[in-house]
Amino acid sequence: MTEMVYGTVPVRDVEPILPKWWRTVDTWTLTCILILFGIGMLLGLAASPPLAERNGFDPFHYVQRQAIFGGAALVALFLTSMMSPTLVRRLAVIGFAGAFVALMFLPVLGTDFGKGAVRWYSLGFASVQPSEFLKPTFVIVAAWMMAASQEIGGPPGKLWSFMLTMLIVGFLVMQPDFGQACLVLFGWGVMYFVAGAPMILLIAMAGLVVIGGTVAYQNSEHFARRIDGFLNPDIDPTTQLGYATNAIQEGGFFGVGVGEGQVKWSLPDAHTDFIIAVAAEEYGLVLVLVIIALYATIVVRSLIRLMRERDPFIRLAGTGLACMFGVQAMINMGVAVRLLPAKGMTLPFVSYGGSSLIAGGIAVGMLLAFTRTRPQGEIGDILRGRMR
Amino acid sequence: MIRTPLRPLARILDARKKGENPDAIERENLRIRHEQMRDSARTRAEGRLLVLGVMFFCAFSVVGARMGMLSASEPSEPRAQTQGASIVAARSDIVDRKGRILATNMETHSLYAHPQQMIEPERTAKALVQIFPELEEERLIKDFSGNRKFVWVRKKISPEQKQAVHDIGEPGLLFGPREMRLYPNGALAAHVLGGTRFGQEGVHSAEVVGTAGLERFLDDDLRDPAREGRPVQLSLDLTVQSAVERVLAGGMMLMNAKGATAVLMDVHTGEVVSIASLPDFDPNDRPAPPVEGSPSDSPLFNRAVQGVYELGSTFKIFTTAQAMELGLVNAETMIDTKGPLRWGKHKIRDFHDYGKELSVTKIIVKSSNIGTARIAQMIGVDRQKDFLGKLGFFEPTKLEITEAKGGKPLLPPNWSELSTMTISYGHGLSASPLHLAQAYATIANGGYQVTPTLLKQSGPRYGERIMRPDTAAAARTMLRKVVTEGTASFGEVPGYYVGGKTGTADKPKERGGGYYKDKVIATFASMFPAHDPKYVLVVTLDEPSENSGDKPRRTAGWTAVPVAAEMIGRIAPLLGLRPEYEQNSPVVMTSN
Repeated sequence: MTEMVYGTVPVRDVEPILPKWWRTVDTWTLTCILILFGIGMLLGLAASPPLAERNGFDPFHYVQRQAIFGGAALVALFLTSMMSPTLVRRLAVIGFAGAFVALMFLPVLGTDFGKGAVRWYSLGFASVQPSEFLKPTFVIVAAWMMAASQEIGGPPGKLWSFMLTMLIVGFLVMQPDFGQACLVLFGWGVMYFVAGAPMILLIAMAGLVVIGGTVAYQNSEHFARRIDGFLNPDIDPTTQLGYATNAIQEGGFFGVGVGEGQVKWSLPDAHTDFIIAVAAEEYGLVLVLVIIALYATIVVRSLIRLMRERDPFIRLAGTGLACMFGVQAMINMGVAVRLLPAKGMTLPFVSYGGSSLIAGGIAVGMLLAFTRTRPQGEIGDILRGRMR
Repeated sequence: MIRTPLRPLARILDARKKGENPDAIERENLRIRHEQMRDSARTRAEGRLLVLGVMFFCAFSVVGARMGMLSASEPSEPRAQTQGASIVAARSDIVDRKGRILATNMETHSLYAHPQQMIEPERTAKALVQIFPELEEERLIKDFSGNRKFVWVRKKISPEQKQAVHDIGEPGLLFGPREMRLYPNGALAAHVLGGTRFGQEGVHSAEVVGTAGLERFLDDDLRDPAREGRPVQLSLDLTVQSAVERVLAGGMMLMNAKGATAVLMDVHTGEVVSIASLPDFDPNDRPAPPVEGSPSDSPLFNRAVQGVYELGSTFKIFTTAQAMELGLVNAETMIDTKGPLRWGKHKIRDFHDYGKELSVTKIIVKSSNIGTARIAQMIGVDRQKDFLGKLGFFEPTKLEITEAKGGKPLLPPNWSELSTMTISYGHGLSASPLHLAQAYATIANGGYQVTPTLLKQSGPRYGERIMRPDTAAAARTMLRKVVTEGTASFGEVPGYYVGGKTGTADKPKERGGGYYKDKVIATFASMFPAHDPKYVLVVTLDEPSENSGDKPRRTAGWTAVPVAAEMIGRIAPLLGLRPEYEQNSPVVMTSN
């Protein structure tokens, strides 16, 4: 009666975006990321004043910038995570094209900021590192190609994606940026693995990596010096690694106290590559273990959620994003504890850096978009089962 | 329940038969195949994702565990050492051939001040001057009360001085650790060791760099961290060196000489067992180089290596040896010695008139200039030059001390036949005593070139053969006769069969040409035992004069020879040589 009198209540045939997002998003991962971001700000307070002092800025200049970029990164994260996988894929392909062109023009238009590798575009108020944006979008594109190859009569997407990977790796090595090159290669490798790589091929690739490493060691001074530094059993206390090790030891379990750390004054990269050393020195092992646990939770949880995923594209893309994120964090921390040779790599969401933060926000946003709960054809299974 | 037929094609045929559209069935088949493929891919992916997840978990655990281990360990490097590059101060020791210390390092302290932390600069300055009288009080007060932040007070202080400074109780005075070079034997082998100074200096350490001698020549080696403190072993023998220096100093005083030098060298290995130059200095407190006067009169001057002198008649043996080598003469060939020998406007005389002619042996024994010059004429300019060059007289010696480079022989600007004649008896060519020892070693070892070295060798190091063994043996017989029946009769040391040749050369005037009448360089170049020489010993006295007789005697036979004989008598037992007595000499045995 009521309907007849007042007309029907307007009902949208789709669920409102926000409630749906909240219902389906992986809140655990989201929480972990927000905590990581908070820790990043906290450590930025500790690690960046020396840099600001060196460059003649207000002590918390870099913290303010980090907050601004972080805000932007969070907005990007939320927006991306609300998108549908299809929309994510479309935007990412466009973004990939843009980032790839930017990467190609780096040798002409880029700047090296006196660090010996041309990796950045200087925009005046900020610098942009195209490879940071290239990484996540590349994962989407490669996943798309691989997923397409799994269709009957689909294109040879695995081969295409491999060629694309090699092209990007070539450009990155030219900069030289072996770290990002390795990450891209690794991301593709993981996706290929999950997409069903034959075992023999995997072993052959491991061999290729070894050979490639040897060649790089012999031909690149930059690379060789770092490996030598790693293989040398005793640490020269005046190297970055020496300082970092010392800082971790000084920190002990509970740290030397907030603001009491010394390593940030000696390490040029304390706010980026060696931020974990600052964390270890000032807040001790406790905070470091929390950070590690957060990264591990994000990666492992995402991978487990992806196990249920039936759409090959989403599965592959999610895997690539999660693994890249995890490996980057692991390499950064592994270097500080001398498990891995020295390699400049930022700690996602914690290290200072505009491009790195925003790109990280986008990447994690995409990951969250892919790991959202969605119908996986369970009903179909039941029906099919009944049919059989 | 619809049964799925085993063969899809059967369904299509069936459908055709019934007149249905087979495409729908085709699509259905395709869909099923696709789904099966996806399912299998999914199960595989599920497994692989699980593997990845576990791997990541393990890897993160490893990083965490490693962090925990690092945090639990103590920082191994103290902070102070990580600041700035440290100065490498460790310098290897220098030891003699038996491992006895010649140079080592000692921990000491430097004293510096931070004037801005000083409480009572004036009282401090006053107290410091009492401890270190060489400091000036006004200057210290000025330094301490000015704006300077850092003042060096003393670079090296003794433990007693350190305690005294401590007792002043001034917080602005600070000590820095220092490693200093110590030569525990004082002036012994001073010219070989040279000395050191502080190089790059910091508060926490200072670099020690060699300034002269071996310390400078082997500086890089001594400071090389790769040596890991292994000492540098020299060929010198500390006891022999000590005996040589004592006898030489005594001889120098007795013979009223202003300088003296001795070189003792192993004829087979080229090892310099002892090398001395007097006057000497203490390398612990090396004097500054002289600013006036001749540098060759300074104690820093190494006469044995840097000093080039006309070595006189000691050269005669090279002339006769070469003539015998070339087959021009033999030991008994008679040579015209009628004097004076005229050559243009020059006259060559002998010390005494030796009559009309002498055998080659006698020319050496009596030391006849005329006879030697005649033999040199037979040899000729080119062959003589070639031979002396092979003996090493044209280049500085290669001894491992920086000064060796400075000992460049002086050769005649144009080597005329007259030069050949004068050089044959040791005038007109100046070389160092070490050059002479090197050349005598060739005669002593049977004709091989030898390079003198200060580093201990494991065995003989022969160079090119430049003389037949029989020539060398004949030359040695002559040298022995010089001692038994010739000019070096004071050189006989019972049981050691010394052989050698004296040389007395007038000193050239420093300014203008000509020679002094009453200043000589007296040299005795010897080897022992003469029948199978092990060592050569060259003793040179600068301006000696033996005044026991009614008029001063300056010839080497009266000055250098007795000193050398005394030296051999003392060092031969130290070198492990047994005295040999002839069978028929009566052996007296005493029982108490």
